[in-house]
Amino acid sequence: MTSQQIIITVAAVVAATMLTRFLPYICFPQGKKTPGFITYLGKVLAPAVFGLLVVYCLRNVNLAGGSHGIPEALALIVVIATFVWKRQMLFSMASGTALYMLLVQTVFR
Amino acid sequence: MSKTTEAAVRGRSLTAADRLRAFKLAFPLTLPVMAGYIFLGITYGILIVTQGLPPYFPAVTAAIVYTGSMEFLLAGILVSSFSPAAAFLTAVMVGARHLFYGISMLSKYRGTGWKKFYLIFTTSDETFAINYSALIPENVDKGWFYFWVSLLDQLYWIAGAALGGLFGSFISFNTRGLDFVMTAMFVTIFMNQWLNDGTGAKGFFKDHISELAGIFASLLCLLIFGADRFIIPAMITILAVLTLLRKKLDIADNIAEEDTK
Repeated sequence: MTSQQIIITVAAVVAATMLTRFLPYICFPQGKKTPGFITYLGKVLAPAVFGLLVVYCLRNVNLAGGSHGIPEALALIVVIATFVWKRQMLFSMASGTALYMLLVQTVFR
Repeated sequence: MSKTTEAAVRGRSLTAADRLRAFKLAFPLTLPVMAGYIFLGITYGILIVTQGLPPYFPAVTAAIVYTGSMEFLLAGILVSSFSPAAAFLTAVMVGARHLFYGISMLSKYRGTGWKKFYLIFTTSDETFAINYSALIPENVDKGWFYFWVSLLDQLYWIAGAALGGLFGSFISFNTRGLDFVMTAMFVTIFMNQWLNDGTGAKGFFKDHISELAGIFASLLCLLIFGADRFIIPAMITILAVLTLLRKKLDIADNIAEEDTK
């Protein structure tokens, strides 16, 4: 691509991303009353989306081959167990990630 | 309730101390994002430069596109043949989840003044997750809290991309597996949501219906459609399940009450 084509392509990507970010706020502006259904979705969507994001992060884990998802499973157990125990997000994230790095750099190379 | 607090905070004009208090609450919550974004940003910077694009390019796109997954795709798009329409459509598909974030943040970002445009523009997976789930005490201005989280997260991403673009080739310590910090963050935010919803008031199933719908719809769609294209089907399935369940959940009644307040 020429630099002009690169600029146009990046601009198209920016425009599309802005569209997805701003659309809800444009459709349901502050002044007007938001439909009850949208308010309902505003309450129930986020917990579901957190589930989607967890699955999204783990989408490339291969249970059939490689390390069979064992490092991911062990690290997840540590994250969940420490969080239920201590309720400290940073502590759980740090211990889970440290274990995962240790596993993929040493045991499951 | 929160409306009166806001008015009280806004009634007297915000001081530097108010902004600092919001910053002090926001900064620790962004630390895992700092680790994840700087690492992923460096990866992105290296990737872009190895495609033959200039070293300043990663930081510029990090600032104006600012959506990690799309930027990684952009690296590939920019070295293929010119097709802005295809790039646009890809970005709409990848960014579609922002529609859900927007709907979830409609009421929270309400009344944040000039900061609102910036808050919407910088909505990322991580910023959304932190801002949605944060418990903001009454004496902290929520607009400034959201602003600091959004700004810090964006700065981490730009810093990472800049570092990767400029110095990527010099990095030698073993960062393999560091990207798991993002997974860990979403898992703790998910668990936090799960534990907060688990009041037992409506029974296990009803308490956690959203979380269960999110996990199982996503897993099902992952199995059917594969890792590269399961997000949109998963979003549609989640939307359908939650729509069908609306009547069954008591939530609809609570909302009607809150609307009249």
